[in-house]
Amino acid sequence: MTRALAAGLPYPFELGFMQRALLAALCVGVFAPLIGTFLVQKRLSLIGDGIGHVAFAGVGAGVLLGVAELWVALAFAIAGAVGVEWLRRRRRASGDVALAILFYSGIALGVVLLSRADGLDGQVLSYLFGAPLTVTRSEVASIVALAVGVVAVVVALRRPLFSVVTDDDWSRVAGLPVDALNALLAVVTAVAVVAAMRIVGILLVAAMMVLPVATAQLLARSFAGTLRIAIGVGLVTSVAGLAASRFWGLAPGGTIVLLAAVVFAVASIARRALARSPVRAAA
Amino acid sequence: MTVSAATDRAATTSPMLVAEGLTFGYGRDAVLRDVDLTVAPREFVALVGPNGSGKSTLLQLLLGRLEPWSGSVRLFGGRPERLRDRGRLGYVPQRPSLASEVPATVEELVESGRLTDGRWWRPFGRGDRDAVAHALESVGLAELARRPLNELSGGQQQRAFIARAFASSPSLLVLDEPIAGVDQGSQRRFRDALLHEIREHGAGVLLVSHELSAVAHDVDRVVVLKGSVVFDGSPAELASSGVSLGIHAEDLPLWLEELR
Repeated sequence: MTRALAAGLPYPFELGFMQRALLAALCVGVFAPLIGTFLVQKRLSLIGDGIGHVAFAGVGAGVLLGVAELWVALAFAIAGAVGVEWLRRRRRASGDVALAILFYSGIALGVVLLSRADGLDGQVLSYLFGAPLTVTRSEVASIVALAVGVVAVVVALRRPLFSVVTDDDWSRVAGLPVDALNALLAVVTAVAVVAAMRIVGILLVAAMMVLPVATAQLLARSFAGTLRIAIGVGLVTSVAGLAASRFWGLAPGGTIVLLAAVVFAVASIARRALARSPVRAAA
Repeated sequence: MTVSAATDRAATTSPMLVAEGLTFGYGRDAVLRDVDLTVAPREFVALVGPNGSGKSTLLQLLLGRLEPWSGSVRLFGGRPERLRDRGRLGYVPQRPSLASEVPATVEELVESGRLTDGRWWRPFGRGDRDAVAHALESVGLAELARRPLNELSGGQQQRAFIARAFASSPSLLVLDEPIAGVDQGSQRRFRDALLHEIREHGAGVLLVSHELSAVAHDVDRVVVLKGSVVFDGSPAELASSGVSLGIHAEDLPLWLEELR
């Protein structure tokens, strides 16, 4: 796929490793805000971060066992995501306490496993903060496959998912499988976190699920509009952030997320200005 | 229990909702004792009672969300929690606990009402879009379909929730305090929409409300609940005992207060 892209791309995307990074970043730019919109509506903006911490434990386990970290991280992330939903449903712990338990046990387990494997080195940094420029061909293929799966599921089920995250009580009476759909959203979130972790890093992956959505909330006047604007912001900041990181030799993951934060700041200032003017723009 | 003309008529068409001898409580104390309630097609039943009379608990039992200590509920002839096509039941919850972090339009909310037939995964078709448009029209919100819910007045929002219940063309509507704190214009539109569903589509309605003045002339039966059913009959029969639903709008709430 990258070979087909390679033909005519200009600087800074003329080299193979940049094209792989671009393709992976574009995937993240689409699916992270797509899922994030449902998570924000559910007031679970930080779940992506919590799952990221558990995925880190999975990376540790993968390094220790000498198997592909991506897939071990995925198994850990899915278990963590389902665990949070279970804790929430059983009301064993409130939403944010359940998340905190996940955050801290995940990161602690990751560090312990990695220290056992003598793996606390540069490779670990690449998972924590992202290293899109070192993404391999097979990793790109995995990310693209996971992204296609995530987008297909969420787009196909957007209406029932919207109903469940918007009005839990009514959805139950209406016969929607509320618990199953919540669990599905959790699993999809886990898949997205793991797919994105090599690009923006475990510590920043949740940002791409929340910051573009925060911008879109300010500008959109419908749920579908929020999805579209959030994905647009996700795509633009992913590409621009990657380009900027090559121009100025910055950390790509951090640059992408910072750009998303800047876009939010600009949008909120612009919205204030618009709200003051007599004619309101319709998005 | 009083047998009225309305219940006689109900006997001729088989009721959609039948509750018999319902007893339920929290902990050791019974909140409801031996409650009977039926709603037949084309029947407009109002359920009233003072605060703490068990109205909300009764609704939860009727919807199959609580299990009674004794007695039974039949919804369309089966156990309520077993009902597969939930679209036959249109439910308007009290003050919906809607998450509004992300803007959503009236239309997007009402579209949810099409997911109730047990096949929530299927893609939307033309029939769905037509049903949504029809539901919006019947509550007078067609022009506001694309507006975000949070820009609507309380009355308009409430009509959007009613449209969501209408979207599946339900045979039975269950509405929990749908007109509480809603302006006069919205109350009128609400009444018109409800009567349209009853007369044109043969729906049965169970309306839980304190404010019956808007529908006082249209209600077939009033059921007064206070732990158990203390009155079940027509508004005329209720009037003959000195309580009016609508002519003096305060009569019913005052009387309910005295019941406590």
